[in-house]
Amino acid sequence: MAITPPSNRLWWKEPINGLELGWVIVAFLWGLFMFFFMIAWHFIGDQNLSNVTYRVSPDVYAEKVEAFADEFQMTDANGELMEEEGVPVVAPPEGGDVYLMARLWEFWPVLELKKDVPYRFHLSSADWQHGFSLQPTNINISVHPGYEHIFTLTPTEAGVFGIVCNEFCGIGHHTMSGRIRVVE
Amino acid sequence: MTSIDHGAAPITAVRATFRTCRFSGLRIESSAEALIKANAVAAVLFLMLGGLMGLLVALTRWPAVQLLPADMFYLVLTGHGANVLLFWIIFFEIAVLYFASAVILGSRIAAPKMAWLAFVMMVAGAVLANYSVLQGDSSVMFTSYPPMMASQLFYLSLIIFAVGALLAVAIFFATLVVAKAERTYNGSVPLVTFGAITAGIIAVFTLASGAIILIPTWLWSIGLISGIDTLMYKLVWWGMGHSSQQINVSAHVAIWYAIAAVYLGAKPLSEKVSRMAFFLYILFLQLASAHHLLAEPGMSSTWKIVNTSYMMYLAVLGSLIHGLTVPGAIEAAQRRNGYTRGWFEWLTKAPWGNPAFSGMFMSLVMFGFIGGISGVVLGTEQLNVLMHNTIYVPGHFHGTVVAGTTLAFMAGTYMLVPIIFQRDILWPKLAKLQPYVFGIGAGGISLFMMGAGTLGVPRRSWDITLTDAAHAFEFPAAAYLMMGLNGISALFAATGGVMFILVVVGSILAGPKLDKAGAKLIFPLHDKGREAVTTYGSEVHPKLPGTIVLVTIFFTCFILYYFVNWKYLSELWLFN
Repeated sequence: MAITPPSNRLWWKEPINGLELGWVIVAFLWGLFMFFFMIAWHFIGDQNLSNVTYRVSPDVYAEKVEAFADEFQMTDANGELMEEEGVPVVAPPEGGDVYLMARLWEFWPVLELKKDVPYRFHLSSADWQHGFSLQPTNINISVHPGYEHIFTLTPTEAGVFGIVCNEFCGIGHHTMSGRIRVVE
Repeated sequence: MTSIDHGAAPITAVRATFRTCRFSGLRIESSAEALIKANAVAAVLFLMLGGLMGLLVALTRWPAVQLLPADMFYLVLTGHGANVLLFWIIFFEIAVLYFASAVILGSRIAAPKMAWLAFVMMVAGAVLANYSVLQGDSSVMFTSYPPMMASQLFYLSLIIFAVGALLAVAIFFATLVVAKAERTYNGSVPLVTFGAITAGIIAVFTLASGAIILIPTWLWSIGLISGIDTLMYKLVWWGMGHSSQQINVSAHVAIWYAIAAVYLGAKPLSEKVSRMAFFLYILFLQLASAHHLLAEPGMSSTWKIVNTSYMMYLAVLGSLIHGLTVPGAIEAAQRRNGYTRGWFEWLTKAPWGNPAFSGMFMSLVMFGFIGGISGVVLGTEQLNVLMHNTIYVPGHFHGTVVAGTTLAFMAGTYMLVPIIFQRDILWPKLAKLQPYVFGIGAGGISLFMMGAGTLGVPRRSWDITLTDAAHAFEFPAAAYLMMGLNGISALFAATGGVMFILVVVGSILAGPKLDKAGAKLIFPLHDKGREAVTTYGSEVHPKLPGTIVLVTIFFTCFILYYFVNWKYLSELWLFN
């Protein structure tokens, strides 16, 4: 009687199935690879979102963007200030600071950048949360009020690019857009 | 001395009435049965409502149809999220928790009156939330990011629901204590219960996160707090929003094991490995809220890498393990059942006409291939910038929550109806087709939304033509095609949903009664089903060539898709 094994063996003492063990090891190593590849991309890749953010009050940020637009708004051949759909077209100095403001319901102002030149982008919201979605390149970055996100952006192709809002921001959300022109 | 002896005497059981299920042999207590019925029925009703709203959303986003006006679209989209993502899923999960504790362990449920209170609170919260959304002043989306403000009732209703659900989870844990104290089972809890415990533990974290962020937000909406920090809100809110999807994962994986056990007599390949996989979920899935902050300002790369990888992908490891052990357990059981020819006879001769099995297996495949792989890619620090907030994101989570969880819960319902409601399936032919129709639809909406997302289509947008926008932008024609195919897939999914509701409601109300002698099940259980689901023990020396092939195909797809996305990323504008 004493030698009959207990009907319920202890599961934590049972041996592991060989195939399972093999798969656990492979899957674990794949996980480790993916983990270290994110770190590696910071050294080998060119698309790592910056860590630089400042707190800013939405009003102060709006003033900064307006001052930026006033200073660098383009003029056409007749010396008239350039606009697109009533929005100033602004050409910041090469390699300089670029301010873009998201607000209900537009990205302001229109920017004209030079291809292959790195710019120091500032991005924040004047009111609610918005989503900066640059198309058709498909770069998507969240925009928060109160946080000034600063990152470097180097356009690698010339053309006219649309900015679409992809964070829900009320009834006009689907009309919120902006534009970036990239010239050679 | 005598008093100590007295205290050590077995606790006399509280008065509770049990019946023994004549098919499964499970001991089922009457109040547990009533509570499971109530929660499952509530779940199905909210699925019906949320599913209808989902169809309206998909038909509006079909550019050629654009069914609803913009304000109604945003209202219905808010209601869709709350009804399916919170109410359908969590009501059903509570039913699963009661089933996995009281029914599988043959115990009475602890404190049934409190459990009813929890149910009433959850119903009240869910009804009030729908009321406030339909009022039209809370179209803030399910996520309700500040500073956009909903009506105070919206936040309050969600808090009531969360507290009710938290109470129900507490009843689940109390039932485990009762079952242990009253010795209704020997040794360790069976694997399915273990999986449910995982879901329960994650649920506590999830619902607590929800309460922690929604209570101050509610106070803000009534003017007692001046402002809510947008980043802090997002971080804590996703502690509920994403982690609640991890309750789903644990619960539906437990259902996969339960269906495999009940219908095929499947036992895990090794108990130790399957339990460790569940345990990894408890330890690491909580980090998931970080996935929603990869494209945000203010977070360091180190923070993002650690959190979004669930600390070196250890939670992903858990899912990868289940991805082998669930089909492996099925293959081993089927080979024991006599289907031993070649690599795949076990699969081809599986009970594909049984909606519980077919639903479960499709859920397994689609959760892995669609929801799982896209989730890892989307949750990679740098890759996220390619699809953050595009419609790729809903594509991913319809792969996990609709094709994965909802299909598994539907499959689980086909198992619950005979065992708990003691009614057989009415209209078995319709029931046989249902998982396929729903599965094709769910798979379609996931894939086509992901496709549209890679072309830049934003989520939660009423109009991708940007007709009323100041600066015109035209999405490629392929994006319109994808959104149209998404609409057609949604029609399939909705048809499958209607079929499900018809079969389930019909069966509960008018299905053949199973409580008389000689009654036979249309979709029979396995002879060893009860033993397999209620006891623990591993397969001994199984041969699994078919599973090896399936897992190899999956892993190859995973690696290829992962690197394709890095290739896309490398072609973006430079961030330096």
